[in-house]
Amino acid sequence: MSDSDSIVAETAARIFADLADPQTVNAAKDQAWKAPLWSALEENGLTLAWVPDDLGGTGASLADGFEVISVAGRFAAPVPVMETLLAGWLLTQGRIASPAGMMTLAPMRPKDRITLGGDGMLTGRARGIPFAGDAAHVAVLAHGPKGAVVALAETKSARIAETRGIAGNTVFELTFDKAKPLQVADAPAGFSQETLMLMGATVRSLASAGALAAILDISVRYAGERVAFEKTISKFQAVQHNLARLAGESAAASAVATSAADAISSAVTLAAPGIYLEAASARIRTAEAATEGSAIAHQVHGAIGYTKEHILHRYTQRLLTWRDDFGNESQWAVDLGTKVAAAGADELWPLVASR
Amino acid sequence: MTTALNFDPIRLPKECEDLRKEVRAFIKQEIAAGTWDPSAVGRDEAFNYDFSRKVGEKGWIGLTWPKKYGGHERTFLERYVVTEEFRVANAPTRVFFTADRQSGPTLLKYANEDIKMDILPRICRGECCFGIGMSEPGSGSDLFAASTKATKVDGGWLINGSKIWTSNAHRADYLIAIFRTSPPTRENRRHGLTSFLVDMKNTKGITCNPIIQLSGLHEFNEVVFEDAFMPDAHLLGEKDGAWKQATSELAYERSGPERFLETFQVMIELVRVLGEKPDARGAEGLGRLVAQLHTLRRMSVSVNGMLQAGKEPVVEGSVVKDLGTIWEQKLPHKVREIAAFVEPEDTANRVAFEEQLAFATTIAPKLTIQGGTTEVLRGIIAAGLGLRGR
Repeated sequence: MSDSDSIVAETAARIFADLADPQTVNAAKDQAWKAPLWSALEENGLTLAWVPDDLGGTGASLADGFEVISVAGRFAAPVPVMETLLAGWLLTQGRIASPAGMMTLAPMRPKDRITLGGDGMLTGRARGIPFAGDAAHVAVLAHGPKGAVVALAETKSARIAETRGIAGNTVFELTFDKAKPLQVADAPAGFSQETLMLMGATVRSLASAGALAAILDISVRYAGERVAFEKTISKFQAVQHNLARLAGESAAASAVATSAADAISSAVTLAAPGIYLEAASARIRTAEAATEGSAIAHQVHGAIGYTKEHILHRYTQRLLTWRDDFGNESQWAVDLGTKVAAAGADELWPLVASR
Repeated sequence: MTTALNFDPIRLPKECEDLRKEVRAFIKQEIAAGTWDPSAVGRDEAFNYDFSRKVGEKGWIGLTWPKKYGGHERTFLERYVVTEEFRVANAPTRVFFTADRQSGPTLLKYANEDIKMDILPRICRGECCFGIGMSEPGSGSDLFAASTKATKVDGGWLINGSKIWTSNAHRADYLIAIFRTSPPTRENRRHGLTSFLVDMKNTKGITCNPIIQLSGLHEFNEVVFEDAFMPDAHLLGEKDGAWKQATSELAYERSGPERFLETFQVMIELVRVLGEKPDARGAEGLGRLVAQLHTLRRMSVSVNGMLQAGKEPVVEGSVVKDLGTIWEQKLPHKVREIAAFVEPEDTANRVAFEEQLAFATTIAPKLTIQGGTTEVLRGIIAAGLGLRGR
């Protein structure tokens, strides 16, 4: 990690700790914390880190942006900082300037398809879109008559339906029905919906690793405080071994996600050899860790972890939800397995050893 | 303050990839020459002194050790590449594997100059085989309950008692073993054990009794000591302080590619029987395995990067072995399920797959026991989380 990365990470961590402490946010009766938090993130240039200066951003490196995402995961970010980063990155692919404020993006599922008609209108449905109620703008990857295009649209140009997600978390379904985008530009050659899924999957993997690190901390601390059978539950070997497993899942998620982010940060193009293996593996393994890790953290906490009052659900609910964004682990596994099988048995080890 | 472990994304530098090419070319040439059959299972051909000497000539044993002792002063990451390529090719490395991984480094740190000058160059030439004498009939995972006794006599020590599950002992030139030199103290039950270099070929009073494993192979032994004499110079490190030495060396033993690749052959054969276009069920199963394997390898490379940087990543090494051995243990069972509906057209592929699957399934139970059980590892990880004392 270079010094500049640390500064970005420290800035992000300080803002979240000061303005979005999970305990405070969880206990808040209203959304008053939201505006100051977003302003601080925006003023420090963290939300458009992946957008160059001339397109309205701060032109930070990919590595810096990934640092922000790790921190956002660690704090179960209650604002669309990851979505805005990704939306800005997507718009930049088409050299479209990013507006200020919160953004979200569509599609976020590999099989959802939005098209740009010959009339310049967007049509199609995108499921599982977070923060559509907060974000004024949505960055869209659409299929145009001559190939992939990037578009900036007002979120309200789509029909927005609320859907109930895990633990009552609201996600949205956006339906574009001949919606008029604000701007449209061709995506660069070779850029496709798969490219967006690959980048998005890496972002969610890294955030998941951050959230897993957080629930490990929270669980270890709780086990050291809670007394049962006349000793803290951390003294019970069964609990220790569960926490050791959680540490293993957290470590695996962190290792594979950090590796994928590092690979992308130092690659010239997302089509470079090895990036696909790194990103697909990160998505698959962090989603598996999310499933295992969330269950262990809840088990360690007992009933108190299954309350609105406790902060644990802020992390576990996001961990479980994020599994479905930009392709879930089953979809990525089928795709990765298909590619490995097509290359043949003798290429399996060379592929793994190439990273 | 965070309890989570960091695994920095270490990349293998160019010299590693150059070395990998050399190692692969050598393996290809040796397989073509019939030195070993990489697809052979359950045959005791891993002890191969000819092969071992050739590897020594290549300069691939003692890769990280000082040149003065026959080593090559290269990096842990280069050693990593050699180890993983040999492991994946099923190369017959048994003669030098233990000496190269941990006995040599122990001697480097604790043996006197004469011993180092005598033994280390022989290891590097591929002529010297080591075993490790830890477990006893009454003490396995509870290492510090060892009772085989070393009694001080003029010029050395007399050993009485026995070691068990000692791999290689029937062929080894030396063991590095721990013996009891003092009783444990009330404050420290780990006190009182001392590490010794045991000359297996030139010491009277040592008997080696074979123990045949479930797989039909003979790796294990019971080693009985009856007034076996160890000269003073063979005491390694601090008297009564072996526990301090043992724990810091565990990262070497626990983080290598051999901790997740023991059953990997069955995954290669799975890809062969699945064919070029598996159905979704086969593809998903394979894809998950590849993702999990990639993750383990990235973790393992990262720990070896920490070793290269002079750190002692004991907890990180334990995490790699815990996750890695459970993965390689489950691998044959997962592969069996993934292949349940597959009917390979090619008979040779089918037979190879079934043989590898049977062998991997047979050896699977030992993988989470040898070199530190899952339970012991989780205890170390829990200690790293601050939940208990070390």
